[in-house]
Amino acid sequence: MGRTDLRDFKKAIDESFRDFTRNYGEAIENFFDPLLYFLIWLEKLFLNSPWPIVMASIALLVYFGSKSIKLTIGALFAFLLIGYLDMWEDTMATLAIISVATIVCISVGIPIGILMARSNRTQTVVTPILDIMQTIPSFVYLIPVVMLLGIGKVPGLLAVCIYAIPPIVRLTNLGIRLVDKDVMEASEAFGASYKQKLLDVQIPLALPNIFAGVNQTIMMALSMVVIASMIGVKGLGVPVLRAISNQYLALGVMNGLAIVVLAILFDRVSQSFGKRLQAHRESGHNV
Amino acid sequence: MSDIKVSINSLYKIFGSDAASMIGLVKEGMSKSDLLEQHGHVLGLDNVNIDVKKQQIQVIMGLSGSGKSTLIRHINRLIEPTSGSIIVDGDDILSMSPAELRDFRRSKASMVFQKFGLLPHRKVIDNVAYGLSIQGINKEEALARSNKWIESVGLTGFENHYPSQLSGGMQQRVGLARALATDADILLMDEAFSALDPLIRSDMQDVLLSLQEQLHKTIIFITHDLDEALKLGDDIAILRDGAVIQSGTAEKIILHPADDYVTDFIKDINKARVLKVSSVMAKDAAIKGPEIQDNVIIEDALQTVSQSGSNGAIIVKNGKKVGTVSLTDMIMAIARSTKNTDSDTVYR
Ligand SMILES: Nc1ncnc2c1ncn2[C@@H]1O[C@H](COP(=O)(O)OP(=O)(O)OP(=O)(O)O)[C@@H](O)[C@H]1O
Ligand SMILES: [Mg+2]
Repeated sequence: MGRTDLRDFKKAIDESFRDFTRNYGEAIENFFDPLLYFLIWLEKLFLNSPWPIVMASIALLVYFGSKSIKLTIGALFAFLLIGYLDMWEDTMATLAIISVATIVCISVGIPIGILMARSNRTQTVVTPILDIMQTIPSFVYLIPVVMLLGIGKVPGLLAVCIYAIPPIVRLTNLGIRLVDKDVMEASEAFGASYKQKLLDVQIPLALPNIFAGVNQTIMMALSMVVIASMIGVKGLGVPVLRAISNQYLALGVMNGLAIVVLAILFDRVSQSFGKRLQAHRESGHNV
Repeated sequence: MSDIKVSINSLYKIFGSDAASMIGLVKEGMSKSDLLEQHGHVLGLDNVNIDVKKQQIQVIMGLSGSGKSTLIRHINRLIEPTSGSIIVDGDDILSMSPAELRDFRRSKASMVFQKFGLLPHRKVIDNVAYGLSIQGINKEEALARSNKWIESVGLTGFENHYPSQLSGGMQQRVGLARALATDADILLMDEAFSALDPLIRSDMQDVLLSLQEQLHKTIIFITHDLDEALKLGDDIAILRDGAVIQSGTAEKIILHPADDYVTDFIKDINKARVLKVSSVMAKDAAIKGPEIQDNVIIEDALQTVSQSGSNGAIIVKNGKKVGTVSLTDMIMAIARSTKNTDSDTVYR
């Protein structure tokens, strides 16, 4: 392609997308409004509640998730330290956006995974899209997201979700496809409908994989915190960004470690919760 | 005919991308190996015709790859045939809509699997109740009914175990209870006991037979084990390369094997345990001896006769004398070759 052609080509794409933005940007923004309100509400809830209450609820959640006193005490200690080092507000903001992103990823990703498992054609269409989402540099899809929705919480959330959703989709699909053929046949032979097979057999048996997906999704969402803060998401990413541009080593390390602490907590709690859902695997020999 | 429960007519199954256009070749007599070599299609079933009688155990046997699993999966349409028809209680399975088919599977025919196919994440009681829960029966009733079946297969006390905590034999009891719990009148059993140790297998056969005495289901039982076939089967059909090469009662097959394949199959069995005195019955006034029922097997009859010291026995049926059997005839019957009544065939 000649140089002028190429320039015109790029210009045409940019312009048509800009037109699209002008025409539909607002509608799309409105579409995400409920999500925005939910995120703001959650952030306020975390920030405005007195810290002992937040702390107690975290301890409760950790305990019910993991049934481990050790982990619960560790979590309490970590959050005390975070408060002591004046990172409480940023941590709460990050917690809020990660929670919302995880909820979005689960509620969008699991159904997509189920559809993928249902038909090979869907799988061949969706798999390359997931590949692209995982490998394309995040800055590239930040461009259209920002063009469309500007700077703010929602585009940040969207960017996090685009990056973090592939594992849950993949592992839901994989988990369902790996369900023992003999068990599926038995279910079919007893006259189960598609829905009955899905809810009584496939999803329960795919749960370990689905949980691994949730776990990875949370981890990936956390790793997006810094990039998301570039487009206006509050949280632990903001001080990290500031630290980069001003070469504040201590500030960067402290906030980075806070992200690591959150990651470890989410990871341990969701893993042991996932394991406990599989009571039948613990005892006796597996077939 | 009203005493036929399941009627399988001219059933063909060809595996492959273009099965429909191969059917002509197969009907013209192309063999399984030729079809695979020349056209890359697998002949699963080749003109199968079987009438399964009500409340009987129909055994289908054959070596690995002969098409047994394929055949039994046609009866509840887990596999679609390439051509043919399957009539159950006068209804054509193949013309059923998806909803009707689900209904058929829920209430008419249930299945027991070689690899059990239990739900690993559900307790024994919930596995047994699985068919009922699919039917939408409320939990309380489903559990009550399941408990009854758990008891009848001898698993009381294990209700709250998970399948992985049970031995193979116990797992298959769960499989059996699950199939019985739906009260379907047809029971499809695909090598249900083949994965079990010989002793456990024999136990399970006894469990099945004693349940059958009370329940009178129509059972289609797949096996590759002749002893099992002879013990359980009222009727036996032998499959090879997807085709039925002989069917009939155990006695008929043993006394008149259709070809060498069948002869080979039955050469190692203990005929004294299978043949009944009625198969060698004669009317010989010279024979005096104890009275025995016509359905007594020769092994038992020989014992009775030799203990009494006589030269034979009187056969009675429904309290009436119907004939006689001599000691020599019984010995001849279990000793002679299986191919035909002359003793000139040599075992290979
Ligand atoms: N889905 C399939 N696609 C292609 N060929 C198949 C398929 N299922 C079965 N077959 C072929 O059909 C034939 C019969 O298989 P089937 O499983 O019914 O045998 P079987 O008698 O049950 O053997 P086994 O005793 O090993 O269980 C075999 O040659 C097998 O390779
Ligand atoms: Mg088989």
